[in-house]
Amino acid sequence: MIPELGHIALILALLLATAQAVFPLAGSLTGNRPWMTMARPLAYGQLVFVAIAFLALVEAFLTSDFSVHYVAVNSNSLLPDIYKFSAVWGGHEGSLLLWALMMAGWGAAVAVFSRYLPLPVVARVLGVMGLVAIGFLLFMLLTSNPFERLFPVPPEGRDLNPLLQDPGLAIHPPMLYMGYVGFSVAFAFAIAALIGGKLDAAWARWSRPWTTVAWVFLTIGIALGSWWAYYELGWGGWWFWDPVENASLMPWLVGTALIHSLAVTEKRAAFKSWTVLLAISAFSLSLLGTFLVRSGVLTSVHAFATDPERGLFILLFLCVVIGGSLALYAWRAPDVSEGGRFDLVSRESALMLNNLIFVAFTVLVLFGTLAPLIYEAFNLGKISVGFPWFNKMFVALAPFLALLLGIGPAARWKHDSPWRLTKMLWLAFALSIVLLALSSRESISGGDFWVPIGIALAGWLLFSHLTIVRDRLKHKKQPLWQALKADFSGNGRSFYGMVVAHLGVAMFIVGVTMVSNHQIEKDLRMSPGDSHEMAGYRFEFLGAQKVNGPNYRADRGHFRVYRGDRQIAELYPEKRSYLGGGMPMTEAAIDAGFFRDVYVSLGEAVGGGDWALRLYYKPYVRWIWLGAVLMALGGTIAVSDRRYRSASVRSSAPAAAATAPA
Amino acid sequence: MKARQKRLVFVGLALVGVAGATSLALSALQSNISYFFSPTQVMANEHPVDAVFRVGGIVVEDTLERQSDGLTVHFDVTDNAAVVPVSYNGILPDLFSEGQGVVAKGRIGADGTFYAEEVLAKHDESYMPPEVADTLQTAHVDGVVEQTAGSLAPTSTTRSPTQ
Repeated sequence: MIPELGHIALILALLLATAQAVFPLAGSLTGNRPWMTMARPLAYGQLVFVAIAFLALVEAFLTSDFSVHYVAVNSNSLLPDIYKFSAVWGGHEGSLLLWALMMAGWGAAVAVFSRYLPLPVVARVLGVMGLVAIGFLLFMLLTSNPFERLFPVPPEGRDLNPLLQDPGLAIHPPMLYMGYVGFSVAFAFAIAALIGGKLDAAWARWSRPWTTVAWVFLTIGIALGSWWAYYELGWGGWWFWDPVENASLMPWLVGTALIHSLAVTEKRAAFKSWTVLLAISAFSLSLLGTFLVRSGVLTSVHAFATDPERGLFILLFLCVVIGGSLALYAWRAPDVSEGGRFDLVSRESALMLNNLIFVAFTVLVLFGTLAPLIYEAFNLGKISVGFPWFNKMFVALAPFLALLLGIGPAARWKHDSPWRLTKMLWLAFALSIVLLALSSRESISGGDFWVPIGIALAGWLLFSHLTIVRDRLKHKKQPLWQALKADFSGNGRSFYGMVVAHLGVAMFIVGVTMVSNHQIEKDLRMSPGDSHEMAGYRFEFLGAQKVNGPNYRADRGHFRVYRGDRQIAELYPEKRSYLGGGMPMTEAAIDAGFFRDVYVSLGEAVGGGDWALRLYYKPYVRWIWLGAVLMALGGTIAVSDRRYRSASVRSSAPAAAATAPA
Repeated sequence: MKARQKRLVFVGLALVGVAGATSLALSALQSNISYFFSPTQVMANEHPVDAVFRVGGIVVEDTLERQSDGLTVHFDVTDNAAVVPVSYNGILPDLFSEGQGVVAKGRIGADGTFYAEEVLAKHDESYMPPEVADTLQTAHVDGVVEQTAGSLAPTSTTRSPTQ
């Protein structure tokens, strides 16, 4: 009964979404106020019904109702409750439902936090979000209904894919979806602005916090996915340039370009049409990613069992969204007035270069991801693009981005003099050169010239941003620390958010550089009692034992890790075999540290108590994810800036409302 | 005039950047792609001699042998029309097993053995790499095609949730 209620709730949500798309939009074009005011209640209503559907599915999972096909395929009565819950989004249908829930949640959030926006703008934004929601709800109801019943009812479920039985993966998809779906808000604001024909600084200011929040979620989602792949897949890598990963990276890259270009649009009313184009692209790439992953056109190590019918639906949806919004863009964008002019040396120029590089990254990732399809379409053979290509491309461009990143925030809007910038940044530059020289020594660089370059670039980011903070506070009378505190709690949030995020980039660079050049990986066979020495650590293997988990059996190895004579860790890597599907799985054991991880994963038993296994030494690998956490933290700080809070928006809202077309 | 010159400088820079990046990207791509060949194609010598490529098919039952070092393994890969012997030094993926689909990346040796640098097994019980599925279909062995189709049927699928 409850699954049917969920199904009906979904259908009702679709009806509400349709109403939300039709009436407010039509009302905003004809000036029909009552129709426009319907936008908010409809958005709340949509959230309520999607939430009911979601809870119905949660209920089916928690009570192990295997008469629901999706539950039978993705759950098992032995599964711990926490994973029964996260199994709700463990498969395609449920993850779509989660997507729809978040979509409705973002819509309701816009409805709540837009009290100071002019009504036509709210109506258009929510109307566009309603249109997108129609697409997803239809997709779910037509091709992937999570409430489909199964007859005869199986006595037991097939179990959740063991790889997904992990806390990291329980929260990774929700974060990622929050990001993807969040870009639909930026998209809706852009489309609403195009419909209204009014692209101005106010539009950018309204859209900015939403975009940043979406970007923060996506950043965390990607970092969690990378962290999960690192410890759960037991491959020891943190990024594989797999199509599924690339699908999440592309919206992130464009989203990063977007939050920077929105800054220019807000502050200088420039880059307006470009910003709109980026907002459209960020969301379109989220959809494209879904298409690539769901349609099965690409080989991925994530390996999805796919359904061509679904791929076709998403492809059509993608065409409608991209085609429709680009047509609207082509029709409206020429009317957009040109924004503030700027000189060659100015912050606008730096941000433009930033955008160019991020778009170049995106194009490269898109090309590398689609190359197998292109080759096959032209009958050039079945290829796969090796990850060294992606690495090469990023390593070639990233140093320019990092250099620029130290200069851009120091430059003034509109016009700056190269001389002033040199005077301000020479010390930071000199210190980075010193760092370059110091880290070129054999003991640090290991003879690889990318190591000193990476370290020096990270140092450059640190020093230049410290300089920039100092420069901002130099006219304050108070001591530096108090001035910093006063500025932070005053109007400086978005500035300090930027600084924190950029320092996250520096940390990320250090992590990537060190782990890529200094990691050690060794496959070997060990007998109980054997020791192996690697990177100054001695791994002692004490043998493996059989153990039983709640829904699996495992061989558990026992290792002691020594640094010199001191034992620093005991590690218990496991090789599990899950009872539900009999699927084997490696559970790596990691001793995590701020400066290094040591990592053991079991391969297979090779007879006589011996094991084939893999040992890793991963220096600074945590810095990669900590860098991402800092970036996300920076975004969060920036969003808390005073000028985004409703009280201060109020002052500008009446003016904007007065000029908005009724 | 001045603003126009500036714009020209910007456009010029952008063009140079795009052209440079494109040529760099394409030339690097050539050395980083690997083509896929079925065992039949390999036996017909259609594969490159001195380059990395991928071969895929089903691991033939009872052919997995492990050498005494515990790390080097041999197994045969077939598309039901031809067989390629594969040698690999390292730890096999969790889901590697006889009778299942696999894709190996590496080079062919003078002895006709394929020396794999990387072995990818399906990552999901019901998943078959599309190349392998194609290979099997073109080999026209009905039994296996049916078996493959069966394992791809939506009733028996598990999926990864990432996106």
